[in-house]
Amino acid sequence: MSATTHDPYSADPSAPAEGTVYTAGGADWDAIADAQAERGDERIVVNMGPQHPSTHGVLRLVLEIDGESVTEARCGIGYLHTGIEKNMEYRSWTQGVTFCTRMDYLTPLYQEASYCLGVERLLDIEDDIPEKASVIRVMMMELNRISSHLVCIATGGMEIGALTVMTIGFREREKVLDAFELITGLRMNHAYFRPGGVSQDLPDNALDHVKDLVAWMKKHLPEYAAFCNENPIFKRRLCDVGYMDLSTCLALGITGPPLRSAGLDWDLRKKQPYCGYETYDFDVLTHSDADAYGRFIIRLEEMYESLKIIEQCVERLEKMKGDPVMVDDPKIAWPAQLALGPDGMGNSHDHLRHIMGESMEALIHHFKLVTEGFKVPAGQAYVPVESPRGELGAHIVSDGGTRPFRAHFRDPSFANLQAMPAVAEGGMIADVVVAVASLDPVMGGVDR
Amino acid sequence: MSDDKAENIKNRVTEEPVDGPVDPDPNPAERDDLDASGAVEPAIAPGGRVGISEVRTGQFGVRGSGDTSGYGGLTHQVEWPAAARRPYGEGDTAWFDDVVDRLIELQPTLGELPVVVHRGELTLHIPRKQLAEVAKHLRDDAALRFEFCSGVSGVHYPHDTDRELHAVIHLVSMTHNRRIRLEVACPESDPHIPSIVPTYPAADWHERETWDMFGIIFDGHPGLTRILMPDDWPGHPQRKDYPLGGVDVEYKGATIPPPDQRRSYN
Repeated sequence: MSATTHDPYSADPSAPAEGTVYTAGGADWDAIADAQAERGDERIVVNMGPQHPSTHGVLRLVLEIDGESVTEARCGIGYLHTGIEKNMEYRSWTQGVTFCTRMDYLTPLYQEASYCLGVERLLDIEDDIPEKASVIRVMMMELNRISSHLVCIATGGMEIGALTVMTIGFREREKVLDAFELITGLRMNHAYFRPGGVSQDLPDNALDHVKDLVAWMKKHLPEYAAFCNENPIFKRRLCDVGYMDLSTCLALGITGPPLRSAGLDWDLRKKQPYCGYETYDFDVLTHSDADAYGRFIIRLEEMYESLKIIEQCVERLEKMKGDPVMVDDPKIAWPAQLALGPDGMGNSHDHLRHIMGESMEALIHHFKLVTEGFKVPAGQAYVPVESPRGELGAHIVSDGGTRPFRAHFRDPSFANLQAMPAVAEGGMIADVVVAVASLDPVMGGVDR
Repeated sequence: MSDDKAENIKNRVTEEPVDGPVDPDPNPAERDDLDASGAVEPAIAPGGRVGISEVRTGQFGVRGSGDTSGYGGLTHQVEWPAAARRPYGEGDTAWFDDVVDRLIELQPTLGELPVVVHRGELTLHIPRKQLAEVAKHLRDDAALRFEFCSGVSGVHYPHDTDRELHAVIHLVSMTHNRRIRLEVACPESDPHIPSIVPTYPAADWHERETWDMFGIIFDGHPGLTRILMPDDWPGHPQRKDYPLGGVDVEYKGATIPPPDQRRSYN
């Protein structure tokens, strides 16, 4: 890159600029407003972000405004690009999970699921995944859907000034993260799913914990409806804002709640089931208004559907105590019969005793599996899952080696954010915030 | 591990990086028959990713170091999925043949296009100059009706001579509940592929990302600019000859080289 001699955060003085450039900080903007009023020029281009509390992370919106109306809007993204896909090409297939879980940090388990399902398809072990591992995956994903929707509703509420919605949203989300911590050892970035199953079995008290969590949610989720659904301020901010009909959604590649708010019941859990979703009883919800309010209602109702699925998972898991959670293929399976320690991380003392004290072959095998990894047959796979934001798919390419040759993630935030101009142009500048929030982009997923 | 030993391993590895720079193209002069419009099609076979097999030798990514461990003599055969023979599908996937037949009917110039069926997924290898028309047929024909484009992803196969850069397009038919994959290839010396944005506006950002990461120029894209990397970034980071970068890390006296210079077992 060329050497930067000027302040990188201010406009380049030598760059050609169309019109006057103001740099607005956190101070009073009266001087800017006065200067602009004096110039008598109504056309203003505003850079909203990348550091702005209402743009969901480091998203930059370039808005051309005429008074309070947005005449043209564009997104600037890439501020959170960390090269995760490139990095995955230098790690083993199992280590790849550790990387992709960090993409969309609100839905870590969905990236893991899509990636693992893709790797399992290439390995041709899809039918060998133990039933218990699939049920655990479904339960964890649905818990994750609740926590993600809660953040969407919470931050969306905060952005229009409904601070109570934000505080209770994060309160409930923390309960879900507690369950994650109990089961995976980490609140976020779990790396819990692995090609072949999950990294460790549920701890003994996990199902009771999840049951308490479901009871807590059933008690507290109605608060959101009570606060928001008929709240006149809330409705006037959300109704008819961010309108996007079905044909727009299909043309722009929109999935998830924005697509369902336009009336199409497209949900991959029903349409192209994975992890045994076809065996669970739940409904796909749609709305007809195709606006931000409809998307809010869908997210709210989907959390109840997720609770239904979680209850069914708990019921099944109670009958599966002691069942394997990792595929029965020692060439792929890392030790999964781990006991969780007080630090939340698992270890298997039986396995340790075996490889360190009993069998040198087992030690060699363990060493090779962990350092070298397993080879995946050459080819490519794409297994999409229904993340809280829409279709999340990992395009996995193997060249027959022990590392991904290419791992590309079709992130729903990335695709949905393309619709930002469509939902923002022509509206008021204050509605841009609501419209973007209704798409629920997470920049970790957009930029990867 | 002592400092000496760590240094030794590191040096051995850095001498010949595993996925180090790949010779881009030894004789690009012979390519003057190719023009920017992609008039000359890169041949699918031989050398394509369809059904070829490679033999890899060695282990641990160490070469030319006088390694006497014996691993240098290991060979490993890699088979890429072969081109499928008819019938392409059966049972749940019987529609594979319907889709291919209908597409050839609408676009007779495709001829018998290479089709790969692997792990229950259908991949059509489309010659690049026909991509725009094929996309239009796939979206508009009632029997095909792939109305939704999931995305475009790039893959760089440095050893796939004259077809190094691949764009992979995933399409969904919500009407028929089907998924297909289109794969389009172009040589590094002439990285042009027609844009499908006129048909699938959803591909806009995905094509920009593929340009940004692989340097594939999508002809006809309304505004092909970088999207994730800064505008003035040199190079295309996801290409295999673009280094990952990184610094040594010291841990308890040993130096661990960056990931792209460590031992590889590929």
